[in-house]
Amino acid sequence: MGNQNNDLLAKIKAKHPQVEITENGHIHVPVNHLVDFMRDLKDNFGFNYLTNLTATDYKDYMTVVYNPCIAERAEMLHVIVKIDRDNPQVPSMVPIWGGANWQEREVYDLLGINFIGHPDLRRILLAPDWEGHPLRKDYEWETYREE
Amino acid sequence: MEIKNDDGFRKPLGYLQGEKPLIDEVAEETDRRLKLLGADPATIGEVKQVVRIAPLEKLLNWGRSNSLWPFGFGLACCAIEGLMAVNMARFDLSRFGYEVMRPSPRQADVLLVCGTVSKKIAPTVVRLYEQMADPKYVIAMGSCAISGGPFVDSYHVVPGIDKLIPVDVYLPGCPSRPEAVIHAFLQLKQKIKHAEVGKK
Amino acid sequence: MDLRQELYTLNLGPQHPSTHGVFRVLLTLDGETVVDADSIPGYLHRGIEKIVENRTYAQVIPYTDRLDYLASMLMNWGYVMAVEKLAGIEVPERAEYIRVIVGELQRIASHQIAVGSMISDLGGLTGFIYNFRDREYILDLLEMLSGSRMTYSYMRIGGVASDINDEFIRKTREFLAYFPKHGIEEYNNFITGNEIFQARTKNIAVVPREKAIDMGLSGPVLRASGVYHDLRKVRPYSVYPHFDFEVPIGENGDCFDRFYLHILEMEQSLRIIEQALDNLPDGPIMAKVPRNFKPPVGEAYAEVESSKGILGVYVVSDGSPKPYRVHFRRPSFINLGHFADMIKGWKIADVIAILASLDIVLGEVDC
Repeated sequence: MGNQNNDLLAKIKAKHPQVEITENGHIHVPVNHLVDFMRDLKDNFGFNYLTNLTATDYKDYMTVVYNPCIAERAEMLHVIVKIDRDNPQVPSMVPIWGGANWQEREVYDLLGINFIGHPDLRRILLAPDWEGHPLRKDYEWETYREE
Repeated sequence: MEIKNDDGFRKPLGYLQGEKPLIDEVAEETDRRLKLLGADPATIGEVKQVVRIAPLEKLLNWGRSNSLWPFGFGLACCAIEGLMAVNMARFDLSRFGYEVMRPSPRQADVLLVCGTVSKKIAPTVVRLYEQMADPKYVIAMGSCAISGGPFVDSYHVVPGIDKLIPVDVYLPGCPSRPEAVIHAFLQLKQKIKHAEVGKK
Repeated sequence: MDLRQELYTLNLGPQHPSTHGVFRVLLTLDGETVVDADSIPGYLHRGIEKIVENRTYAQVIPYTDRLDYLASMLMNWGYVMAVEKLAGIEVPERAEYIRVIVGELQRIASHQIAVGSMISDLGGLTGFIYNFRDREYILDLLEMLSGSRMTYSYMRIGGVASDINDEFIRKTREFLAYFPKHGIEEYNNFITGNEIFQARTKNIAVVPREKAIDMGLSGPVLRASGVYHDLRKVRPYSVYPHFDFEVPIGENGDCFDRFYLHILEMEQSLRIIEQALDNLPDGPIMAKVPRNFKPPVGEAYAEVESSKGILGVYVVSDGSPKPYRVHFRRPSFINLGHFADMIKGWKIADVIAILASLDIVLGEVDC
């Protein structure tokens, strides 16, 4: 991501002391500060293009990853939010970036994370009556591979 | 075109290993009946260019096999090779009469399953197969339709379309080349014309 | 006497000749005008993101081919770039040039199908045949390198699988000489200049600039709305800074602009390939990567400009030979998210034109 990002990261850290920035440029944000942080990124820093929204299941916790960018410019941030695995929920980014709509539905479908404030949270890739969330690490299914 | 090899490795298209060559029964039957009527070979040749005379089932099989109407059920990558590329300028499928790809199952004979069958589309495939009118045939194209392919250990993939519907011709490949699709159609043609091919 | 009117629900079902694959849209119609729409993907969901958690890093490459099977080289490129970023591997320069050459050839082939299927969906099948005829030449070139016509698995972590030889360079130059006059000019005659095509696509489903950025669209769909966001220029990767080419931008954001950008981008790709062939350096084609490849613990996200939009790959490693999590940011999936809003207010015939102009591939939408 290069040197031009370092001043940007320094400015972000100065304005939001709660976030933690690791040495490879990844920003770790606590859940309760997420909406203010993202809103500030969009309104004041100009990050108007959300390019990626995904999540991972580590067995004790889950993380949600956001990659906001500035359209027509090179800057891209890597924002990670750590949430609880037993009742995973995180505020929805749809009011801020409309492009988060289908990506959040996909994460809900495959991992079971609840996005609070999403206008239409339902399964998107699997059938509506499918049980379970396949991308979780403890998901069991019958496989037909003959060894 | 016959390639003479002592090891019997290559056989002409559509012929089984070590069997007598399959003859064009409809043409032979036409010959036989015209000879019974007392025609000479020149007249038989002229008449055979225009018409065939044979038992009804043989004629119907001849008609069915020579103009199959595929129902292209293109699901995934194999559809590009098996439904689109094979119809286009280089591997012209209409040389054989099979280019009439119908979008509706009521008007089609051959269900060409190209691509991975997921659990969400499986009821639709069965429903479309049941909507096709008899006689109907199925070609499973590509390794995903034969056995699940590289996605066989997925939670959402049916391991082969033959778990749901009966298949006549299996065509391996990932994706199968358009030449292989033509071979599959010609094998199906042999299967329709000569029912004993299917029993072996 | 009043006529009784009610809204009618029509299912543009998963099996349809013009939906570019198995994709379902539930339309609520008032006469012929679409009042509401609900798009239902997922009929080709193969669970690739779960399958690859049980494969080694090199074994994931064939799965990336099957995502967007019309642009397999670019899909491979996105994945190997993410893994190389995670492990800190530097790719030799000759391999980068080869990647650019095959990537741009693949971009032309993918745009040819986009152009051809758009005119075929609108009813003019002739235009489709010309695109496929020319695409066969590109497939011959790529088959020379990788052995396969469509799903190549050609790129490797740290380089490419095999080197290019003089025969390939000679035949590519022949193709570069042949294509502008016999390919692009014919497409412009058949398709772009066709009055019926223009009447059916001009001023249909205009996407304003701010909405396109907000909804996360990418690729020709975004650039047609006037946004200069092409990763090869904005955030250059690989050896793209060495080449001189333009990025065409649309003005109106309607279906015609989204379509015409494909043709203009094909012309620019020809320029890039020619420059890459002229300046091709010597050297190795693979970096030194250990046989039992285990990247360090961590995560990385890398993006490439694929023919349909921005392909991003997010890889998480836990130090073992198999990836812990791989996520693909698929451009067709995100572009399709805006589809239900785009078709409100248009007629059924326009729905097909709008869907064709988005240029989606269902393998990519459903992953």
